[in-house]
Amino acid sequence: MFSLSKHKTFRGGVHPPEYKHPSKDKPFEIMPLPKRIIVPLSQHLGKPALSLVKKGSEVKTGSVIAEAQGVVSSPIHSPVTGKVTAVTTTVNTSGFPKESIIIEPSEIEEFDFLPTLNCETISAEEIIERVRLAGIVGQGGAAFPASVKLSPPKDKKIDYIILNGCECEPYLTRDYRYMLEQPEAVLAGLQLIMKATGVDKGIVGIEDNKPLAIESMKKAAKTFNNISVEAVETKYPQGAEKMLIKALNGREVPPGKLPLDSGIIVQNIGTAVSIYVAVVKGEPSITAALTITGNGIKESKNLIVRVGTPIDEVLNYCGGVTNDAIKVVVGGPMMGVSQYDFSAPVMKATSGILVLTKQEVAEKPETPCLRCGKCVEACPVNLIPTKLARYSQLGKIEEAEALDIRVCMECGTCAYTCPANIPLVQWIRLGKKKVMEKVK
Amino acid sequence: MELEILIAVATMGGLGFIFAGALAVADKKLRVEENPLIAQVNEVLPGANCGGCGYAGCYDFSVNVVAGKTPVTGCPVGGQDTAIDVATLMGIDASTSVRMLPRILCCGDNEEAVKKMTSYYGPLSCSAMAQISGGDKLCLYGCLGGADCVVACPFDAMVMNEHGLPEVIDELCTGCGMCVKACPRNIIEMHPEDREVFVFCKNHDDPKTSKNVCHVSCMGCGICARKSDGGVVMDNYLAVIDYEKFDETKIPFDKCSTKVIRKQNFSKN
Repeated sequence: MFSLSKHKTFRGGVHPPEYKHPSKDKPFEIMPLPKRIIVPLSQHLGKPALSLVKKGSEVKTGSVIAEAQGVVSSPIHSPVTGKVTAVTTTVNTSGFPKESIIIEPSEIEEFDFLPTLNCETISAEEIIERVRLAGIVGQGGAAFPASVKLSPPKDKKIDYIILNGCECEPYLTRDYRYMLEQPEAVLAGLQLIMKATGVDKGIVGIEDNKPLAIESMKKAAKTFNNISVEAVETKYPQGAEKMLIKALNGREVPPGKLPLDSGIIVQNIGTAVSIYVAVVKGEPSITAALTITGNGIKESKNLIVRVGTPIDEVLNYCGGVTNDAIKVVVGGPMMGVSQYDFSAPVMKATSGILVLTKQEVAEKPETPCLRCGKCVEACPVNLIPTKLARYSQLGKIEEAEALDIRVCMECGTCAYTCPANIPLVQWIRLGKKKVMEKVK
Repeated sequence: MELEILIAVATMGGLGFIFAGALAVADKKLRVEENPLIAQVNEVLPGANCGGCGYAGCYDFSVNVVAGKTPVTGCPVGGQDTAIDVATLMGIDASTSVRMLPRILCCGDNEEAVKKMTSYYGPLSCSAMAQISGGDKLCLYGCLGGADCVVACPFDAMVMNEHGLPEVIDELCTGCGMCVKACPRNIIEMHPEDREVFVFCKNHDDPKTSKNVCHVSCMGCGICARKSDGGVVMDNYLAVIDYEKFDETKIPFDKCSTKVIRKQNFSKN
């Protein structure tokens, strides 16, 4: 793809309208406690946590209400002080009903945080243990338990930690606000991650459409000689781990491998802040920072809300939705999940809520494939989306597998770029699922 | 001149004899013993090599039928007649075997199922809809209306009716079961032809939720289970008929508030 930017990047990708302006100049606001808190037991990748409370239990802010099940899992802490009114199944933002703890907050808040630790004297093991106990999950979207990512297998040599400040999804401005408002906390978090993994080189990668963030981070990073701040080209999906590694280090992570196989760990800006807060304040993962924006919301905001706050209460706090709003999406517009039940709660890794109007939602009729090859050109992982989607549609699973359908990360670039409006990524997702089922 | 012709004929003829001899030897020595049944089954198949059965042609299908890997009814083109022929060859009595037909155990059509406040936009296929939380209907167990079963049916024995639910045309159905496999929500089941009473719902939600998602769902009240002496059992808020112990006369059809336990030919009006 021809590009005017002089900054580093990867092959392929698209550049959708950024649409960051409604919320990018709004400082973080702390939302008051909601009337009801719904805490899903599965807010992370891996096994759901096991509830430790029953109906009627009294909980304090920060006390453990569900414990992790196994290594790839995460404990869950009460986001408020109050009384458990039920442990039941409710629809969460994935659209499926999941077991959740419902808490009614009381007026006086009591805190039950972990003991505070000193950033200077803390050991690597203590950091990992703290991240695990605080239930921190990756804020980039997949919600992978952060402690697992911080403890790579012994035989893998890691030489770089990358902090992902790309925020390549349009609309979202959460990481941007973090970099502007709390650059010291972001870098302190990065220092803790580097200490925990024993790595002495850190890079913060930021898309070049955020000059103020780059400036703010560069200023804060002056005091550290082992951290560099680098601009990368503004292009979706620049914030995908493997794309960012390609741009910053020139390394190619092989299909089916993890970044750590190439000696790199990528963490999100939000995760770094959570880790810092968990260490110096002892605060477990009980809040989520998110952007509420889109033309369908009365007032765009960047908010810090308690985990478990229902979406409708968040929307009401932002003045409610306008009359022409037709779609509510949790996450970014490219990979987010469209919602149908607005009582679904904000979760640990929720990065934004978009309220979109008809003009913003391109629901165009699908036409036959033109064989133009735009999707092939745009696919950041060098797949042939048009073939994969067709194979998946026809149920030709072996053929799809032979064309490496499993390498697809479902970024949606193909569907975005398709002039025939074919839901390519949706079909590919289906094909991926069928391939996985067959492998099992 | 004549000699040249003779030489040519003798050479070609001689070569022919040598190769014929080699082939004759190879036929005896390298022969692979094959079940003669395969050839016989192959004989009664349509011979179109269309691949509709999922195998690479009719011969491959015959091999798999004889090996017992695929049912005798597996040829979608030949239909019932071929199935009977194949069954006769295989020593299965096709005439006395009970005809199995698919039954669609959901009655949440476009009017009765409660819709979400948002509309579905994406591939119009049930399997794609089932990957996320479904299409336009709130119910997480019922028919998605994307017609995957209709597409899967090789005999055009399934159609979507005007209410948005699939219907089986019994006369055309061969009982191949492709629709059962195609349904991601598992609402299609194979039942003997003469079976009449079914629970037309698969919803396991608690009574309050199931009432909110559909007007014709099994709410799990359990009245049919209590009256039926084990003919109906409750499985997590859903009535399930145990056809072994089932006695039609004991089922309080009138007591079911949503009329989900009823006869197949029951009409809404």
